[in-house]
Amino acid sequence: MTLFQSINEFVVRFANTNGTGSASANNMFAKAIMRMGLPVSAKNIFPSNIQGMPTWFEVRISEKDFLGRRDGAPEVVVAMNAQTIADDIESVQPGGFLLYDSSRILPQRLMRKEVNFLGMPISDICRAEYSDPRQRQLFKNVIYVGALAALLGLDFKVLKELVSDQFKGKEKLIRPNIYALELGFEFANKQFTCPLPVCVERRDLIGERILVDGNTACALGAVYGGATVVGWYPITPSTSVIEKFASYCQRLRIDPASGQKNYAIVQAEDELAAIGIAMGGGWSGARVFTATSGPGISLMTEFLGLAYFAEIPLVLMNVQRAGPSTGMPTRTQQSDMLTCAYASHGDSKQILLIPSTPKECFEFSALAFDLADRLQTPIIVMTDLDMGMNFHLSEPFNWDDEHEYDLGKVLDSDELEQVVDFGRYLDVDGDGICYRTLPGTHPTKGAFFTRGTSHNEYAVYTEKGEDYIHNMERLERKFITALQYLPKPDININAKAKRVGLVFYGSTAEAMPEAVSLLSEQGVKANTLRIRSFPFSAQISSFIHEHEMVFIIEQNRDGQVRKLLCNEMEIDPASMFALLHYDGLAITAQFIVEAVQARLAEHTEQAAS
Amino acid sequence: MSYIKPQFRHPRLQVNDLGLTHRDYEGALSTLCAGCGHDSITSAVAQACAELSLPPHRIAKLSGIGCSSKAPNYFLNNAHGFNTVHGRMPSVATGANMANRDLIYLGMSGDGDSASIGFGQFAHVVRRRLNMLYMVANNGVYGLTKGQLAATAEQGMKSKSGEVSLFTDIDLCVSALQFGATFVARSFSGDKSQLVPLIKAAISHKGFAFIDIISPCVTFNNNPESNRSYDYVHDHITTAAVADFVPVKQEIRCENGQSDSEDICLHDGSILRLSRIDADYDAHDRIKAMTKIEQFKSEGKILTGLMYIDPEADDYHEINNTSDTPLNSLKQKTLCPGNHVLQTINESFR
Ligand SMILES: Cc1ncc(C[n+]2csc(CCOP(=O)(O)OP(=O)(O)O)c2C)c(N)n1
Ligand code: SF4
Repeated sequence: MTLFQSINEFVVRFANTNGTGSASANNMFAKAIMRMGLPVSAKNIFPSNIQGMPTWFEVRISEKDFLGRRDGAPEVVVAMNAQTIADDIESVQPGGFLLYDSSRILPQRLMRKEVNFLGMPISDICRAEYSDPRQRQLFKNVIYVGALAALLGLDFKVLKELVSDQFKGKEKLIRPNIYALELGFEFANKQFTCPLPVCVERRDLIGERILVDGNTACALGAVYGGATVVGWYPITPSTSVIEKFASYCQRLRIDPASGQKNYAIVQAEDELAAIGIAMGGGWSGARVFTATSGPGISLMTEFLGLAYFAEIPLVLMNVQRAGPSTGMPTRTQQSDMLTCAYASHGDSKQILLIPSTPKECFEFSALAFDLADRLQTPIIVMTDLDMGMNFHLSEPFNWDDEHEYDLGKVLDSDELEQVVDFGRYLDVDGDGICYRTLPGTHPTKGAFFTRGTSHNEYAVYTEKGEDYIHNMERLERKFITALQYLPKPDININAKAKRVGLVFYGSTAEAMPEAVSLLSEQGVKANTLRIRSFPFSAQISSFIHEHEMVFIIEQNRDGQVRKLLCNEMEIDPASMFALLHYDGLAITAQFIVEAVQARLAEHTEQAAS
Repeated sequence: MSYIKPQFRHPRLQVNDLGLTHRDYEGALSTLCAGCGHDSITSAVAQACAELSLPPHRIAKLSGIGCSSKAPNYFLNNAHGFNTVHGRMPSVATGANMANRDLIYLGMSGDGDSASIGFGQFAHVVRRRLNMLYMVANNGVYGLTKGQLAATAEQGMKSKSGEVSLFTDIDLCVSALQFGATFVARSFSGDKSQLVPLIKAAISHKGFAFIDIISPCVTFNNNPESNRSYDYVHDHITTAAVADFVPVKQEIRCENGQSDSEDICLHDGSILRLSRIDADYDAHDRIKAMTKIEQFKSEGKILTGLMYIDPEADDYHEINNTSDTPLNSLKQKTLCPGNHVLQTINESFR
């Protein structure tokens, strides 16, 4: 029997059934790896279903710090779902290991000789230990984590500490959970040769980093950015942004003296209302946001046009999923880029922030509120399901206590006293951003009528062509001003010769260090540029012009950002090659490398012929 | 129609408690058709606000899209207005109210705006118990898009173009009652003596107040065959109760207990005095109110006046326990937990 060997470079895939409580056990496993000082990432692969359907959880452990989804078969599979066991057995890497519930005997036809079967009668153990059916189910998960600890060489002390941390406040649960871990740990130690040749060894590679999902980070960004009014409507994968925001608010935003809430979260009747609520709050000077995904974005576009044209600050967090239509609601994609950049009818344009790590999710979400107020327009934070709902290793969050919220150009009552000629849409400073006033400010000055119909500088309805053009040109000017406030692209020059340039954005970033390293091993030195916002910085077009072969790497079918680059920067489409991955799972380094190599080979051939 | 409003002010123009004249409650010059019912509503709103001595700038006026929704531009020049998108004023009003609970919110909508495209938002703003006055200028047609039948047009109603309404109408008062409004009234734009006290009472009411105002469209729905024409409405109107509004400061002689009238104390201390026309009438019975409206309709009559009030009801902020300080004026110090808290949050991710 072949035995696969690897220390600190492998993938463990858990096959579970939705709704059985496996998520928290699987998370505990991933966290234990991190606490042993090892880089780790964890991805949920789940169906659009609540209960009973297959779900997978993939943990990648990488001493080299390559944490994108990895192609190829996992080295270790924990098969807990009878429904998928045949496929799960098929999925194991030759020489790899399969931990399964041997309470029921596996049919001989499913056995593969190149796989090491580790049978453990988990259901039987639970039946003997627990009388309550719910406990039997829940502790199954904890037991296999205990067994994995022995098999993969996890420090049992780390697991015990994790349990204590997890159940802080619910101390009664600590003992039974540790007991279940011990059941698994001892069984494995007795029955198998532990640890396996695939195992972990403690390192010190994590530093300050944390393991967190993007939605939680966005929610925290909203708390720190000072959001007080939220309108929302549930939709996967954005829902947990609001749920996390609500739970942090409950902790941090209730006045201790009065018990009153310093926030209002309105669960609206639909997305039209959700963004309408944000719009009303923004008009009134509160920091507001909503979060949604695909179908919700479609519904919100009418209001986005109003917000653009009437210049109302609001923040929209779009956690993209696979479309069109209802598409694959629990799969990831970056396919709302064009829709969001040009959201709404008429000449309208929106500002996008595109974070790549939880830390950036936090920072960009907080920044979005400053930008919305500064620029008086919607700010859309573009993440996706992979970023939002999966766990990523990230630099810790930091807040600069010296930072003061940028409330933008809002005139208060005293300032209005000084103003002789208030015009809501007068470009006093020449930067395209006008002064606004909030309802209720001054008895006789600064009131105006906000409208989606065309208006002159004094907010008065007009259909005069020159007034309309004047206004539209100012809005364009505002977008140029915006550039100075937006996050600049992240450029990495690895190669002196500027032959290959890789341009990417968002959650694709996780796979990039590995892709660049693999390419370099194969003799291709590539420079990278990560886009972080729209409208685009001129640095992006320079980078593209400076490189002989430019790949725009995206997770959508149509090369949306490539199109946007052609359109906005008037770059020759022939100078950019679209590298597209859109099957709903996160892009991998292997995919990128193969696509780049294939194109380079074609290019060389063309040059030769 | 003149396009410039004269600035001349009569020296003896009556002033209210704030020292403001009716002039101070006016808005831009109307661009609606001459004789449009909506203009009468505009002037009733201005009069009600003046008589209540409301500081105009503490009012926020919001609307959807339609001739009716243009109306807020024509009253209260010193108030901020927001002409949103078609049918979706309720959500914008909700957000504004969340941000600043201290202002007075006047919503203005049409029957197309509220009973068709915005019916969902209408339902939900009612059940959210937003503290606002929501007015619908109900003409049975779409004015701004030139005369198509609205969902409030009664079955059989014939518009000027000859189009006949084939389907059941939506009665917005019945809907509002069903959705949980705590103040529901119907009036007629041509009857200021009824409309003004109702508007005053509705503004003083805490929670969601709804007034459906029949407001004939002189251009597209004032033909003799239409049961929304001025003449038809005049001839078929019956009043449930005559409402009179007694402001806070006036001494109140309580007439509670008398069979033909009732005084209802509103949250700001003012009194809504109802004189009963119909012996059967009870302004506190939601079900009866719905039945009565339907009964009148089946007799070809239109019931107007205050139909229902619950003066004790809580509004959204009380139910939600929102801070007394408006959310839009909370400072960074209160809102931002600071870096030390963030570092403990980081710990929870390790
Ligand atoms: C999304 C959308 N659909 C259609 C329209 C066109 N539209 C403008 S006003 C209106 C109807 C207005 O009718 P109503 O609310 O009854 O007001 P009225 O003009 O009769 O006062 C329509 C359909 C629009 N502005 N927006
Ligand atoms: S079309 Fe009808 S509703 Fe519109 S302004 Fe003219 S009369 Fe009024």
